[in-house]
Amino acid sequence: METTTVNPGQYAPADYKSEQSVRWCPGCGDHAILNVLHKAMAALGVPPEKTAVISGIGCSSRLPYYMNTYGMHTIHGRAAAIATGVKTARPDLTVWQISGDGDGLAIGGNHFIHAVRRNIDLNILLFNNKIYGLTKGQYSPTSDRGAVTKSSPYGTTEDPFIPAELVFGARGNFFARSIDIALDTTKEVMVAAARHKGASVVEVLQNCVIFNNGSHSMLSDKDRRDEHTIHLHQGEKMLFGKEMNKGLVQDGFGLRAVTIGEDGWTLDDVLVHDATTPSNFLHQQLAMMDGNELPLAIGIIRDVDALSYDEAVERQVEEVKTKKGFSNLRDMIIKTCETWESK
Amino acid sequence: MLPGTNVKTLDRVVVRFSGDSGDGMQLAGNIFSNVSAGEGSQISTFPDYPAEIRAPQGSLSGVSGFQVNVGKGVHTPGDEADVLVAMNPAALKTNLKYLKPGGIIICDVDTFRPADLKKAEYKTDDPVKELGIDENRILLVPMTTLLKHTLEDSGMDPKSILKCKNMLALGLICWLFDRPVESVLRKLEKKFAKKPAVYEANKKVIQAGWDYGHNTHSSMSTYRIETEDVKPGTYTDVNGNTATAWGLIMASEKSGRPLFLGSYPITPATDILHELAKRKDLGMKACQMEDEIAGVCSAIGASYAGHLAVTSTSGPGLALKSEGIGLAVMAELPLVVIDVQRGGPSTGLPTKTEQTDLMQALYGRNGESPLCVLAAASPTDCFTMAFEAARIAIEHMTPVILLTDAFIANGSSAWRIPEAEDYPEIHPHFVDANRLEAGWKPFDRDENQVRYWAIPGTPGAMHRVGGLEKDIRTSAISTDGKNHEKMVQIRREKVARIANDIPELKVAGKQDAKTILVGWGGTYGHLYTAAEELNAEGCEVALAHFRYINPLPKNALEVLRGYDRIIVAELNTGQFADYLQMQLPGKTVERINKVEGQPFMVREITDGVKRLLAGQQGTIKE
Repeated sequence: METTTVNPGQYAPADYKSEQSVRWCPGCGDHAILNVLHKAMAALGVPPEKTAVISGIGCSSRLPYYMNTYGMHTIHGRAAAIATGVKTARPDLTVWQISGDGDGLAIGGNHFIHAVRRNIDLNILLFNNKIYGLTKGQYSPTSDRGAVTKSSPYGTTEDPFIPAELVFGARGNFFARSIDIALDTTKEVMVAAARHKGASVVEVLQNCVIFNNGSHSMLSDKDRRDEHTIHLHQGEKMLFGKEMNKGLVQDGFGLRAVTIGEDGWTLDDVLVHDATTPSNFLHQQLAMMDGNELPLAIGIIRDVDALSYDEAVERQVEEVKTKKGFSNLRDMIIKTCETWESK
Repeated sequence: MLPGTNVKTLDRVVVRFSGDSGDGMQLAGNIFSNVSAGEGSQISTFPDYPAEIRAPQGSLSGVSGFQVNVGKGVHTPGDEADVLVAMNPAALKTNLKYLKPGGIIICDVDTFRPADLKKAEYKTDDPVKELGIDENRILLVPMTTLLKHTLEDSGMDPKSILKCKNMLALGLICWLFDRPVESVLRKLEKKFAKKPAVYEANKKVIQAGWDYGHNTHSSMSTYRIETEDVKPGTYTDVNGNTATAWGLIMASEKSGRPLFLGSYPITPATDILHELAKRKDLGMKACQMEDEIAGVCSAIGASYAGHLAVTSTSGPGLALKSEGIGLAVMAELPLVVIDVQRGGPSTGLPTKTEQTDLMQALYGRNGESPLCVLAAASPTDCFTMAFEAARIAIEHMTPVILLTDAFIANGSSAWRIPEAEDYPEIHPHFVDANRLEAGWKPFDRDENQVRYWAIPGTPGAMHRVGGLEKDIRTSAISTDGKNHEKMVQIRREKVARIANDIPELKVAGKQDAKTILVGWGGTYGHLYTAAEELNAEGCEVALAHFRYINPLPKNALEVLRGYDRIIVAELNTGQFADYLQMQLPGKTVERINKVEGQPFMVREITDGVKRLLAGQQGTIKE
């Protein structure tokens, strides 16, 4: 199997950037995510020719055109399936999948959960703007109940998916979250996702300025975000708030946000984050926090080692090849089938 | 007792083994055909499975059949059987219609018990009389009793003993057709290498079957089957699905491109997935994906990544893959799509054969979406055409749909295992360093309009492909109307020029006849035999059989225009006839059609031709 030499520092962000002019709407959150992706790739140091970026259809799925890597802009919903083929065929490549909430969770929902279950080593960037942008403003599977859109003029009558919940339901081993404006966090989670072996899902909450402007404003506005989000760090206390004086504590089977020094809560009561613990119980609790009662979690929520599908396939192929030792097709047929000679 | 006392010589003989699904009829039939092949016979086999996995024992719906044709000039499993082996009254009832007039029946009389007869829906207690069978033509063998006596000291339990009944029938058939018991035993010894006790039991039973024939019916005629000289080499028996998988592996060896299969289980194509999954031992990667769409899409991903990429399916699955195949057309990636046709539309007749996906393969995509369509003619031809599909896909950077069908996929015949030099090298259309330096664009083309393949990992060739239209010069995405029309024409021309790279159409039969009989794909054996019989009767016909459907061989239309009458026989309502008619203005393409989920019978074709030549309809339905 071919391997790739990684050399952080060898490449600059510009080395991953194509000459195509970027055509997203001015103010779209995708611009920020794209720029961070170039930086994350440079930080990783995987050569551009060893990188493949596969997308489906939607605004965010235009992204491969803006990359100076190998890439495919494919068909609606199928990015995960196509990326699975790329990675299974060529484990030496670093494969990124770009999908929006419609592409990844509606038309491509089946491929999404199976890519996660199979644990194929893809870095899946899920751009979640809770709306269909390219088709001009219909509700998506992550739109809140009651969302008023062009296809739900009186509000939707259905509940949304929470992407993390799908990932855990599909037994995912890596889930991280960021917000388009949180550039450092986005870079941090992208790099971690790429370094994780197996399916890594990064949800980036992204603002659609045209059809769903401000959908994440509680989480992204400067004066509100510190109270409504918590940045999780491995091995550190789960603290948040402008003064970093709030923390998460265990409360029965759930979590509770408390202020240190109030009602007898001390720093010792605050939970320490462990993304690497195999049980996903607490990870799920953290991922389900939505910014209202409890702050929305950003950063790496779960990052657990497990054998990836592509590596397992590769190992199995090598094992049975060695065990059987056939030199070619004819050799295999002659050694395993009933044959007879005709003269 | 059957009449006759001597040994009769036959060119070929058709034996149909029938019984419950669990009676081991396929194994008995397989061994008989392989032993015959070892004796120098040509062979052709066809299993006829019930739709149910395990229908109730002894019921009419649970009967499974396995027909073999062995001898000289064998091109089909035979219209009707010379000998019918029926292991129970249900098998007798459902299979009698496949017996030739004057053919003989071997039946287990021990199964004529009231309960068995009731399950098989007989009205009387005498099935022979009730079905109007001539008593002189049926050999009623107490198989179960013989079996129990033979194995009474074996220490086996009654259930295990009953499992050996197929070998008793096989022993009897071997006696009837003078097949050496030793060859059968050698095959069984290999099969049961890890179960010596089972081998010993089966050995006894086969001998008992042979002895029974010899001792009880020594006055009955036995047969000697003619042999035919075949090309020297090492042979094996192969069915169409396995041959398809092997042809792809050969193409992988000849192209240096590793093989990737993305697939999803579907009858009757699943055995291709099974075989390639086993062939991880040759380095193949066969992945069972979450659905048909993921099957084709993972293959497209693997193709972009530089593999010989394949997806295998049957009609309903091909429908699901349409959008993905369109992407491969647009991105101009090599992709092999295998469609093992079955009865449709919708779920249709999953275990039965048809040729009804031709139009779907040719046109079943949105937009102007040309691709190459091939069809395999026989079980062993699946190897050649799978190889061809891969060769064309890789050398012409296009998706190729290979049509096989349930009949050739499950049917088998003897096949000479090819030597490496029997097949040509396949040259992937890679972009080279010179071209890269000269400022290569992803949709630059050679003189045949074929673009170059740049594989991830190649420095300096990073590029993006996708489903959107590209600019003819820059390869960047483009919505320009004039540009689009040019690209539509280029993609069409690229596929049309494959005609320069495939064999010309060869006419068989009586080439200077006024009438040409035309077929395509899996009906070859039946059409060939029909043409032979017609010509032998003085009803002169030429024969053109198509394996390259789009593009057609360069000379095809000119050849067809040279005949007064063009008669297309196919297992649909006229899809290939319509396709040819469209391209043959001024000519009338006549038709013989059948859509019963079963292969043609040779006489349906010969009768059809005669009727058409007499000015009547080609197809008559009751």
